Amino acid sequence: MADDGFISLDGVEKVFEVRRRAGLLRRERREVRAVDGISFRVARGEMVGYIGPNGAGKSTTIKMLTGILTPSGGRLRVAGIDPSRERTRLAHRIGVVFGQRTTLWWDLPLRDSYRLMHRMYRIPDRRYRENLERCVELLDLGELLEVPVRQLSLGQRMRGDIAAALLHDPEVLYLDEPTIGLDVISKAKVRQFLKELNAERGTTVLLTTHDLTDIEQLCSRVMVIDHGRLMYDGSLAGLHEVGESERMLVVDLESELPPIRLDSADGGDQPALRAVKVEGPRQWLAFPAAASAAPLVARIAADYPLVDLSVREPDIEAVIARMYESTP
Amino acid sequence: MRLYAVVAAGGFRRYATYRTATAAGVFTNTVFGFIMAYTYIALWDVRPQLGGYDTSQALTYVWLGQALLMTSALMGGGFESELVERIRTGDIAVDLYRPADLQLWWLAADLGRAAFHLLGRGVAPMCLGALVFDLALPGSFWTWPAFLLSVFLGVVVSFAIRYLVAMSAFWLLDGAGAMQMAMLAGLFFSGMLLPLNLFPGLLGEVARALPWSSLLQVPVDVFLGKHTGWGLVEAYVFQAGWALALLGVGRLLQTVATRRVVVQGG
Repeated sequence: MADDGFISLDGVEKVFEVRRRAGLLRRERREVRAVDGISFRVARGEMVGYIGPNGAGKSTTIKMLTGILTPSGGRLRVAGIDPSRERTRLAHRIGVVFGQRTTLWWDLPLRDSYRLMHRMYRIPDRRYRENLERCVELLDLGELLEVPVRQLSLGQRMRGDIAAALLHDPEVLYLDEPTIGLDVISKAKVRQFLKELNAERGTTVLLTTHDLTDIEQLCSRVMVIDHGRLMYDGSLAGLHEVGESERMLVVDLESELPPIRLDSADGGDQPALRAVKVEGPRQWLAFPAAASAAPLVARIAADYPLVDLSVREPDIEAVIARMYESTP
Repeated sequence: MRLYAVVAAGGFRRYATYRTATAAGVFTNTVFGFIMAYTYIALWDVRPQLGGYDTSQALTYVWLGQALLMTSALMGGGFESELVERIRTGDIAVDLYRPADLQLWWLAADLGRAAFHLLGRGVAPMCLGALVFDLALPGSFWTWPAFLLSVFLGVVVSFAIRYLVAMSAFWLLDGAGAMQMAMLAGLFFSGMLLPLNLFPGLLGEVARALPWSSLLQVPVDVFLGKHTGWGLVEAYVFQAGWALALLGVGRLLQTVATRRVVVQGG
C-alpha cells in the first residue's frame, strides 16, 4: 500500500473498559473512548505540535505510537511498522521523552545511564561517542555527566533525558511535555536544541505540550485533539480563523462615555465591533481577526474624542480555549 | 548480554553509593548477630545437638544468617518496592517501550545488588562473628565455591519470589500487603529465626520443601558440609528447580500483565 506519511493513522481508536462498583456485588462496565477515530499523516522531517486539554487523548496516542498500547480499532503505522506488533524493532528507530517520567538511573551518575543506552540499543562505539559528544555540547551537559541523577535540577534532568532518547539516532522523536515545569532559560535551551536537531538531522518530531510558546517557536503545523477527536490540523495561523478569533482595539477617550457602537459598514445587522469592557475613559472593543482595523479606527476617530489607541493580536491560548469549550 | 552486565554493574554501584547506610547496616547486623548468638548458646546448652547441629555449627548458622540477610533479601526488600511503585505510578510504561526484557533487567539489577550486599553487608559481620565466637568454618577449600554457588541459586530464588510479589501490583494496585506477607513468610520459612531442621513432623517437612529454604537453610548446610557428593547435587537441583519454576510463573504473570496494560491501559 502506497503511503506518503512516515507516521500514518487511519481511524485509530482506543476504548478503555472501566469497571465501577455498583452495589455490593454488581459491577457496572463503562466504555471510555480515549481516542475516537483519529486520522493523520506526518511526513519525514516534519515537526508537529499535538495539543489538547488534559485527558484529551494525547498521551494515549503517543503510547499507541510507541507500541505500549494496542489500538482498539483503525490502522497505525510508524516507518511502515505496526508498533504494537513489533514494539522492540520499532524501539530502535524511535526516541521518547516523557516529561513527567525519567528513563535515567536515579541513584547513578548521568554517564551510567548513557552507557546503558549504548548497550540497550547496540549503538556502534564510534557512533555512540559522537552522538554523546554532540548532545553534551548542545545541551550543555559537560559538568553534569558525573553527577547522580537525583541531584540534578528538573531542567538539567530533562536535558539529560532528551540526550538519552537521541543517542541511538532515532528517526522519530516523541516528546510528551518536554518543557513542563522548566524555567524560561531551560525552556529556551530545550527549544533551541530541538530546532537544530530537526534542521540538521531531519528528525521527525511529534510534540505534545500545554505550553503554546513551544508550538509557536517550533512547529509549523499543529493538531488539536479534544475528547479523543482531531479538532484541527493545519498551520498555527489557520487556527485563528477556525477558532473565530477576534482582535482587540483598546481606545482611550477624552472622557468617560457609554460603550462605543458602530454599525456594520455594509449595512448588515451585525455591528462592526462590540465593546467587551469599559473602564473609565478606556474601552476594549473586539472585532473579527480577519477584518481590517483601519476603517474602524477612522470611524471611531471621526465620531468620538479619541486620545490614544492600540490593537492587540488574538491570543492563541484564548483561541484554543474557545475551541475546547465549543466541543460537547 | 552486555546490556544486562551493565545493568548488574549499575545495581552494584547504586547500592555502593550509600556508604553510611551500609556502615549502619553492618552495625545492625552485628548487634542482632550477638543477640541471636547468645540466645542460641542458651538453647543449645539445654538441648545439645538440636536439629543435628552442635553449638559451634549453630553459631555459624546465626552469623551466616546475618551475612545473607541482605544478600538473599530474606525479609524482602531490594527492588520490589521500586517496581511496585513504578507499576502504581505508571512509570512502568517507560520500561515497557525499551528494547529489553523486563524480568531479565530486574534480575540483573538484583544480582548486582546481591553481590554488593554480600561484600558490603555480609563479609564484615561474618568476620566479627568468627573473631568472637568459635565458628565451624569449612575444612576443605572447595566448600567455599560450593557455598557461593548455593548462595547464588538462593538469590535467584529470592528474586523470583519477590518478582511475583511485585507483579501482583498490576492487579492489586497497592503492593504493600503482598510485600508484608512475603516478608513474614520469608522471615519464618527461610529459617532466619530458627533453623528449619528444628521443626518437627509435617511442619518441618513442608518448611524444608518450600522455596524459601533455598535462601538460607540450604546454603548454610552446604557451608557446614551437610551436603556432599550426590547430596550436594540434589541440593543444587532443589534450588535450581524452584528458581526455574518461580521464574517461569513470573514470566507468565508478566506476559499476562503487560498484555492487560497494553490492551487495557492499566
